[in-house]
Amino acid sequence: MVRVELPQHLRTLAHVGAEISLDVPGLVTQRSVIDAIEARYPMLCGTIRDYATDRRRPFLRFYACEEDLSHELPDVPLPEAVASGKEPYLIVGALAGG
Amino acid sequence: MSEVRVLVGTRKGAFILTSDGKRERWDVSGPHFGGWEIYHLKGSPVDPNRIYASQSSSWFGQTMQRSNDGGKTWETVGNKFTYDGVPGTHQWYDGTPHPWEFKRVWHLEPSLTDPDTVFAGVEDAAMFKTTDGGHTWTELSGLRGHGTGPKWAPGAGGMCLHTILIDPTNHKRIYVAISSAGAFRSDDGGTTWKPITKGLYSKYLPDPTAEVGHCVHRIAMHPSRPEVLFMQKHWDVMRSDNAGDSWEKVSGNLATDFGFVIDVHAHEPETIYIVPIKSDSEHYPMDGKLQVFRSRKGGNEWEPLTKGLPQRDCYVNVLRDAMAVDSLDKCGVYFGTTGGQVYASADAGDSWAPIVSHLPAVVSVEVQTLK
Repeated sequence: MVRVELPQHLRTLAHVGAEISLDVPGLVTQRSVIDAIEARYPMLCGTIRDYATDRRRPFLRFYACEEDLSHELPDVPLPEAVASGKEPYLIVGALAGG
Repeated sequence: MSEVRVLVGTRKGAFILTSDGKRERWDVSGPHFGGWEIYHLKGSPVDPNRIYASQSSSWFGQTMQRSNDGGKTWETVGNKFTYDGVPGTHQWYDGTPHPWEFKRVWHLEPSLTDPDTVFAGVEDAAMFKTTDGGHTWTELSGLRGHGTGPKWAPGAGGMCLHTILIDPTNHKRIYVAISSAGAFRSDDGGTTWKPITKGLYSKYLPDPTAEVGHCVHRIAMHPSRPEVLFMQKHWDVMRSDNAGDSWEKVSGNLATDFGFVIDVHAHEPETIYIVPIKSDSEHYPMDGKLQVFRSRKGGNEWEPLTKGLPQRDCYVNVLRDAMAVDSLDKCGVYFGTTGGQVYASADAGDSWAPIVSHLPAVVSVEVQTLK
């Protein structure tokens, strides 16, 4: 199972806690993880990646294993520690404030 | 006993204010969707407990919410707003072509006959429609595609379709307003459109009488006379007596005719309300005095309404979707400010009192009169 941490507003929207666990079939990539999130929580469709461009929303970042994966291509395999569930895949909202 | 429900959209959530017909004591529910921008929420005229809400965020984009119990509980519905075909381009601030990009839903207009049918006005300006209660949305692309679309350009607040009016006597006749493209009318339910801007004069345009480019802030009508329209343009209060075919200026004795909101008394089709703002570069009332202006003659002759409104040190704005009326007798008038106040008058504007004073900046106000 792949573990995913969602930002606060998406937890509220999906009615889940801080972390969700997903069965991701096949190769575990950023695309396949987000596909699995949207399949299980359809209310999150369009909130992580834009419908029109299929790209990450600009104010979100993707982290795992202390690495920023936001600019990685979506079909690059995620680290084994994420695929095995040892480490979570983090979806993080960009900081805002003054 | 009648009940009034005021639906308030703010920069940080939605609030629902309810009162009995006296409109003296109010219950406040919210924030719903705390932390999200709620540009608009509106109930179905057929089923008032069916309410639709536009929920958006710079981080997470657009989501849509629907309630079937008057706002007590909500469910997420469809949020896929995809332009029909190749989106094409409109004009950017620098005059270059810019691709149409969906940003958010500004306004929701439920059908007058079917609670599952809703029109949505969006940024970048376009109109969408659902017939399945919000699960799927389809663009009425004849609006963007009627010919002038490539000339449309955003105003400072974006290029948004913010006003949708449905003629209650002829549901195929629909009016929309777009900042800053102008006003348009469809006579076939939204399939085809034409600009309705004859008589508008905007000195910020190279051709002040151009067919498109006018920054229309709001249009209002009274349901008993749907061919009579009232418009608050960027500057100028305008009136049309022929369904928008031509407009005349009715600013009359106003000291400033810049503003955003305009609305019509529920029982007096010639009584209209505006909130004049000092100027387009100073988005606050003149002299720090918050004043609603009322005309009982359909324009030109205006009286300030000040009782109960702050008359010093007030520098809030009242945004284009933030005024509404109820249908009780006497007519109730409501508006919200960027300072987080929602003011109500239970006597057609003669006196005012705040229902709430410390909400986030108010973006929209709608009123439901419940039997």
